Amino acid sequence: METILEVNEVSRKFGGLVAVNGVSFTVKKGEILSVIGPNGAGKSTLFKLISSFMPTSSGNVTFRKERISGLAPHIVARKGVVRTFQETTIFRNMTVRETVIVAHHLRSRANLVGYYFGTHLARKDEREFGESADEILAFLNLTAMAHEQASNLPHGHLRALGIAMGLATNPVILLLDEPFAGMNHEETMRAVEMVRSLRDNRGLTVLLVEHDMPAVMKISDRIVVLNFGQKIAEGTPQEIQQNPAVIEAYLGTADESIGI
Amino acid sequence: MERFPSNPNLPSPQRGNLSNLSRFVQESRPTWPWLGTVFALILLFFVIPDFIASMRPEKQGLIYYQFTQIALLSIAAAGVWLTFYIGRINIGQGALCLVGAYVSAIVQVKLDVSYWLTIPLAGIFCVLVGIVIGWPILRLRGVYFAMITLILTEVAKLVVLNFPIVTNGARGITNIPLPEAVTLFGFTILPEFTADNNRMYFYFLSMFVMVLTFIALFRLVHSRIGRLCKSLQQNEELASSLGVNLVLLRLIPFCISCFMGGVAGALAAGVQHNVGPSIFTVQDSVNYMLYCFMGGLGNLFGPLVGTVILRMGWNYLTAAGDYQLLFYAIALIILMLIIPNGVMSLSPVRIYQRVVGWLGNRRPTLNTVPHNRKS
Ligand SMILES: Nc1ncnc2c1ncn2[C@@H]1O[C@H](COP(=O)(O)OP(=O)(O)OP(=O)(O)O)[C@@H](O)[C@H]1O
Ligand SMILES: [Mg+2]
Repeated sequence: METILEVNEVSRKFGGLVAVNGVSFTVKKGEILSVIGPNGAGKSTLFKLISSFMPTSSGNVTFRKERISGLAPHIVARKGVVRTFQETTIFRNMTVRETVIVAHHLRSRANLVGYYFGTHLARKDEREFGESADEILAFLNLTAMAHEQASNLPHGHLRALGIAMGLATNPVILLLDEPFAGMNHEETMRAVEMVRSLRDNRGLTVLLVEHDMPAVMKISDRIVVLNFGQKIAEGTPQEIQQNPAVIEAYLGTADESIGI
Repeated sequence: MERFPSNPNLPSPQRGNLSNLSRFVQESRPTWPWLGTVFALILLFFVIPDFIASMRPEKQGLIYYQFTQIALLSIAAAGVWLTFYIGRINIGQGALCLVGAYVSAIVQVKLDVSYWLTIPLAGIFCVLVGIVIGWPILRLRGVYFAMITLILTEVAKLVVLNFPIVTNGARGITNIPLPEAVTLFGFTILPEFTADNNRMYFYFLSMFVMVLTFIALFRLVHSRIGRLCKSLQQNEELASSLGVNLVLLRLIPFCISCFMGGVAGALAAGVQHNVGPSIFTVQDSVNYMLYCFMGGLGNLFGPLVGTVILRMGWNYLTAAGDYQLLFYAIALIILMLIIPNGVMSLSPVRIYQRVVGWLGNRRPTLNTVPHNRKS
C-alpha cells in the first residue's frame, strides 16, 4: 500500500505549552487510523496542523509527497485533505440539505460568474449537487431531517451532519474529530459500519480522533497514541491494548471509561 | 429551479401545516421575481408619476426629489446589506458614495466626459478602492471591522479637502452640467435633461438603477454565491474547511457593495448639480446601517423597505421643526424594540398565528418550527 500522508516531526507550541511535540507517523491509502490519548493530549491540535488550520512550530506534513503545511486551509481541502470539527460546528441558519449542498463547493466545475448567470454547466452542477446531497443524507440516515434547520438537530445527528459535509467535499483523506461523541452504542456501531463501508466502497482514507474505545478498537487498522503532545505508541488495536505505556498513560489520568 | 423529492416517510410535523406554505413560496421563487419586477416597474414608472402629476405643479419637483433620494439611499443601503450578508458591519458606505460623487463630478467637469459614462466609471473606481481597502481590513470581524469602516467616511472627506487641485477643496464642484441627450443612429435613447424636467427624469433614472440593483442582488443571493456568503456569515472556519476561498469570497461582495455606493454617489452628484466634501457624512454611513436594521438583515429587500420607512418618516417629521431629530430618534428606538429583526422579519404566517391567538384568546397552536425530534 502506498503512503499517502506523512507527518514529519511536527510540533506546535502555545507560549510555554508544547501541545504537539515532534510527532511523526505515516498513513497509507485506504487505511483507517485512529489517534487516541487522554484529554488535552494534543489530538485536535494535531488535526489542525495536518489540515493547515494552524501553522506548525516546526516539522511538516506532506500529502502525496507534496508539502501541505503552510498552505491556506481551503487549498489543503482542495487537494483532498478535509477535516471535520470536534465541536458541533454548523451553519446554524441553513437547513440540513442546504448545508450539504454548500459543502459540495469543491466539486463545482462552473466558476462564480457562471453560477451568477446560471450557465448550463452551473445548472448541471446544482442538479448534481442536489442529487448527491440526497444520496449522502440517505446514506447517513438524515433524509427525514433534510429540511430541518441545522440548529434544531439533536446532538447525534449533528455529528452525522458533520460527516455529511466532509463527504460532500469528496475527500481523499477525511479527518474526523470525535465523530461518535454524543451517539449511543447502537448509533455508534452503525456509524462505525458506515465509515468502514466508505473505506471499502469509495477507497476513502480515514484519520480519526475518538474517545470511545470499543469503537476505536473495532474500526481501526492502526492506532497512534498521544500523551502530553508526544507519540507514545503506534500499532494495531491488539498491540495497543497490551502496550504498557498506553495503559500507564490512561491509568495515570484515572480515566475509567476507556475500557482497555 | 430546485424541486425537492417528495418523501412519503417525512414525519408528520413536516406535512400538512403552514410551514409547507412558506416552503412552497421559497420553492416557487423563479416565477414570482418576474411578477414582482413587473409589478414594481408599473408602480414606479406609471402609478407614482401619475399620482405626482395630479399634485400642484410647484410641489411636484419636491416630491420627485424625495423619491429620487429614497432610490439613491436604498442603492447604497443595498450595498451595506450585502456586507452584512457576509457577516460584516459596514459603517463606511458614505465614503464610497463621496468617492463616487467626486469621480463623476471631476470626470465630467475636468475631462468633459458624458454624465452617462461617469456612472459606471464611478462604480468601477469604487471597486478599485474597495479592493485596496477591503483586502487588508476584511480579515477583521465584528466591532473591529465596524470601527475601521466608521473612520473611512471621515478619511474620504479629509482626502477631498486636502487635494484642492483635483477636488476644489472645501468649495466643492458646483458647475456640473445637466446630462445631455444620447442619440444612436438618429434615435434618442436618453433624453436631454433640462432645468424644467430634470427632477422627473432623475426620478426615472434613479428608480431604474434601483430596480436593476435589486434584481442583481436578488440573483446574487439566490445563486450559489449567495449560499456561500451565507456560509461565511455563519462560520468562516467551517466554510474554509469545505474549501471556500475566504479572501476571495469576502472581497467579491464587499466590492459589489462599493460599486453600489459609487453608483449612488454618481447619481447624487447628477441630481444635486454640485458636490462638496460634506454631501455624504458619517451620519449618512450610519443611516445606511439603520435602514438595513429597520428593514431586516434577513431579507434582501430589507434595505429598500427600511429606507422607504425611515426616509419618509424623516421627511414627514420636518413638520416638527427643531424637534425633528428628537422625534426621529424616539420613533427609531420604539420601532427597534417592537421589531428587533426588522420589518421584513414579520412573516405573514406568524402574524396570522398571533391574530388567531388573540381572536381565540388562547396560545397559538400552529407551529412554524417543526418539533424537535429527540431520538
Ligand atoms: N489555541 C490554543 N491556544 C492555547 N492553547 C491551546 C490552544 N488549542 C489547544 N491548546 C492547548 O493545547 C493542549 C492540547 O489541546 P487539544 O485540543 O489538541 O487536546 P485534545 O487531545 O484534542 O483533547 P480532547 O480530548 O479534550 O479533545 C491543551 O492543553 C489545550 O489547552
Ligand atoms: Mg480534541
